Amino acid sequence: MSYRPTTSAVLDIVAAFKRMPLVGVLGWQDVRARYRRSALGPFWITLSMGVMIGTIGIVFGQIFNTPMQEYLPFLTIGMILWSFIASVVNEGSLGFIAAEGIIKQLPIPLFVHIMRMIWRNLLILMHNLVIFPIVLIIVGKPLGWEALLSIPGLMLVVINLGWLCLLLAVICARYRDLPQMIASVLQVIFYLTPVMWLPSLLPARASTYLLDFNPAFHLLEITRAPLLGHAPSALNWQVSAGLAVMGWIVALLFFGRYRRRIAYWL
Amino acid sequence: MASIEFHDVAVDFPIYNASGRSLKKRLISVATGGQLGSDPLGRVVVRALEGLTFTLRDGDRVGLLGHNGAGKSTLLRLLSGVYSPSHGSARIDGEIGSLIDISLGIDPEATGRENIYLRGSLLGMGKADLAERMEEIIAFSELGDFIDMPLRTYSTGMHLRLAFAVSTTVRPQILLMDEWLAVGDEGFKHKAEQRMRELVQSTNILVIASHARDLLLETCNRVIWLEHGKIRMDGPADEVLAAYFGN
Repeated sequence: MSYRPTTSAVLDIVAAFKRMPLVGVLGWQDVRARYRRSALGPFWITLSMGVMIGTIGIVFGQIFNTPMQEYLPFLTIGMILWSFIASVVNEGSLGFIAAEGIIKQLPIPLFVHIMRMIWRNLLILMHNLVIFPIVLIIVGKPLGWEALLSIPGLMLVVINLGWLCLLLAVICARYRDLPQMIASVLQVIFYLTPVMWLPSLLPARASTYLLDFNPAFHLLEITRAPLLGHAPSALNWQVSAGLAVMGWIVALLFFGRYRRRIAYWL
Repeated sequence: MASIEFHDVAVDFPIYNASGRSLKKRLISVATGGQLGSDPLGRVVVRALEGLTFTLRDGDRVGLLGHNGAGKSTLLRLLSGVYSPSHGSARIDGEIGSLIDISLGIDPEATGRENIYLRGSLLGMGKADLAERMEEIIAFSELGDFIDMPLRTYSTGMHLRLAFAVSTTVRPQILLMDEWLAVGDEGFKHKAEQRMRELVQSTNILVIASHARDLLLETCNRVIWLEHGKIRMDGPADEVLAAYFGN
């Protein structure tokens, strides 16, 4: 009986998609469990996010001396998207570790645990997104039809997060120091990526390094740019799509190779 | 049709946080539990199971017998597909149902009804399927109006009744159990017993780990006796039980 690792990795992921109802139930449950018995529920995240954006907006808007109509919407959507990406990556690295109980008892496709985590964060993202139209109304900035482009943008981001989390979850199940390291690396990327600062403030030379070579910037831009009224550049799309293809190939090879060991590592 | 074929299966657990050096040069055979050793890379490994070869077919009612640490739970996890063998090949055909931890996935803050969805989904039931069976599960658990209360308000017995009611709704082809499930007070016990019998009857292959002689004698037609991760004896229930317990 020959064992094909990569095929088994693909089968695991296909099987995980067939368990969509389970992913839905578990993801909802996670969000509900976190905010049970609180009156505002998940909108607490929205509220604290709103307060943070307001504070940073006022301070940095003054420092950068940019008009609020430009800076505040940029900051708002950037912070919302970044907090989604960062928590998916952080929780993704713990994806298998957190699901140890289930993994050791029930033969559920392992990718279900990754999908559950992404789904739960998408639900939280939806709550946070409420802030954006409010900010647009406050600063009086209209939303154009190009905003619809952010939907495929977000989908591409999620596809990219899928392979990244799968890869990280496998490695972190084996090496338990990594989740801490990933958290600090994310913090560094946050400052290197234009979330709080506007890319237009950057001198031309630095922008090549900080923007063109920064995959996080491209991923952020394919969702953010359409919501701010301009289409993402071709380079943004190309890098994001290329990253998705390459990343999934690596992740599948890797996952296939180690999938059977994961239960032993936990 | 369900079948299980094991050929020369072994399971090694790598231990990454053991202070390897002092342990790795010695091969210790522990009185209970598997054997400690090291793999070619020098990591400490615990060999939990070794050289298992057997075939299970439709109609087999198999009891697993052995001391603590003999490898019963590890074997159950292999059978459920949670673990893959480190060596050898394990071929499992058929839908697997595990009643090893019936409380797995239950959330104390959620209501009984929500927990039925949670637990049911984990066991592979669809939403429509669950909705259809909801009333039956609630009726069986005898929880009445408590079903819409958070689980943390339940007594231990009520909690188990709910977990039991959901977990025994599925009808798998291969059923795995760690000890017989007995829950509730006298009245409920009787009902649960009947449900368990139905469940065992409808399954193609049953594998149960237990130390209860009478139970194994009654339910099983075959018993596998594990010792230090190896098969010590495999045969008809009465013979193996007589050898294990002594007459």
